[in-house]
Amino acid sequence: MMELDTRQGWMGLLARAPADRLESLWINLGMDLPDFAWLRAPETGGVMVRGRMGGTGAPFNLGEMTVTRCAIRLEPGNVIGHAYVQGRDKSKARLAAVIDALMQTSSGPDLRARLLVPLAQEMAARAQGRAERAEATKVTFFTMVRGED
Amino acid sequence: MYVAVKGGERAIDNAHAWLAEERRGDQAVPELGVAQIRAQLALAVNRVMAEGSLYDPDLAALAIKQARGDLIEAIFLIRAYRTTLPRLGESRPVDTGAMACDRRISATFKDAPGGQVLGPTFDYTHRLLDFELAAEGAAPRARTAPATSEPMPRITDFLNRDGLIQPETVSDAAPPDLTREPLEFPANRALRLQALARGDEGFLLGMAYSTQRGYGRNHPFVGELRVGRVKVEMDIPELGLACEIGEIELTECETVNQFNGSKTEPPQFTRGYGLSFGHTERKAISMALVDRALRWEELGEEDTGAAAQDAEFVLYHADNIQASGFLEHIKLPHYVDFQSELELVRRIRAEAEAHADTEAAR
Repeated sequence: MMELDTRQGWMGLLARAPADRLESLWINLGMDLPDFAWLRAPETGGVMVRGRMGGTGAPFNLGEMTVTRCAIRLEPGNVIGHAYVQGRDKSKARLAAVIDALMQTSSGPDLRARLLVPLAQEMAARAQGRAERAEATKVTFFTMVRGED
Repeated sequence: MYVAVKGGERAIDNAHAWLAEERRGDQAVPELGVAQIRAQLALAVNRVMAEGSLYDPDLAALAIKQARGDLIEAIFLIRAYRTTLPRLGESRPVDTGAMACDRRISATFKDAPGGQVLGPTFDYTHRLLDFELAAEGAAPRARTAPATSEPMPRITDFLNRDGLIQPETVSDAAPPDLTREPLEFPANRALRLQALARGDEGFLLGMAYSTQRGYGRNHPFVGELRVGRVKVEMDIPELGLACEIGEIELTECETVNQFNGSKTEPPQFTRGYGLSFGHTERKAISMALVDRALRWEELGEEDTGAAAQDAEFVLYHADNIQASGFLEHIKLPHYVDFQSELELVRRIRAEAEAHADTEAAR
């Protein structure tokens, strides 16, 4: 789980994580939500998703996606946590920002082992399940020699 | 000229209350949940996201419920909601080459590296109604096979290696955005692709079909069609880093088209490109064909006068919200307009009759 060693890595995981799974893994930790102050209250907006012509060429605007962002400051230690998460779930954004801040404290290794790693494993297992279904539909087409010459 | 009317508030309120009751339908039947629509009418959800131009499956499912299954009405609701959202930024261009593919097929190379993956497709079904679905049964289970991590390179890259296909120009130029600036002509390819990506599937299907039938024919092959999930990354200025902000499902279609060459270009294949939110492959293929037809000028081809080659015609009529807005407004009160037309017709008739009378009296 190399990706979880960097801030980019864990923020990306939190952005993509299903809100219900993130929340229940958090609850399982038995930790209280630490005291924090809002630097930026949760705000839902649109991000314009871009593609490239032909997949590899110049960029174009494809359409928007919903994203919710917020920023907090943990009261103990003044650590700042940010979140940019997919969708409109403000409580997920709050939790993601708190986790981002806690990851920068001494609680980081414990959180990584008990929350981020299991979350990443669940998401990888779901992706693996789709890959295995896709594999079962892999075909080989044969071109037949036609009767006419 | 538009002249406002007033009144009718009670009737309008009552009409909307009845609409709500009709939406719910027979109370003896369980109410449809938004989660059910999202999970079980996923292709309707995908179409609403693609043409609503907003990726949010929960909102699209809610819109479908509110619109009683009228997808254009649902798209209208999403477009209206979209305008209320502050713009948080623009993503980096998504890397469809790194897509986690559920489906990936090529109609041009049977032995494509990475394989032909059918995925959950209607293709090769017999299109016979399945009456077993009318009864609730056990949950169906897909079969699995051990997944290989074999890469799936782009099909067009093989042709590109031999110089047989026109290369894409690599650039990071910021594209125009028709949600910020009105659509104006001539529209460059980036702007055309944005308009096509949110265009009506039925309209684009008809336009694409017209090219196949000979109106701006461009001999397309589906070089590659892929459906799957890509990660979306955005630069976050306050952090000074690029971060994933989510994962979306996309359908991508690359067509490989015949091209005889021009004064400046050798004979080679050319490309059409379609990209669409969700699993929306009819839309993505149609988009690729229409994109290719609209490229006639930059490829030095002849303007045959076909509708699909006319960027103004295609792009001004592809948006089903603009189209239905203008079309459906004619059912709203136009009493004053009509009154003036009526008076005009009466006056002309009276004059014509008076003229006939004087002619007869001569």
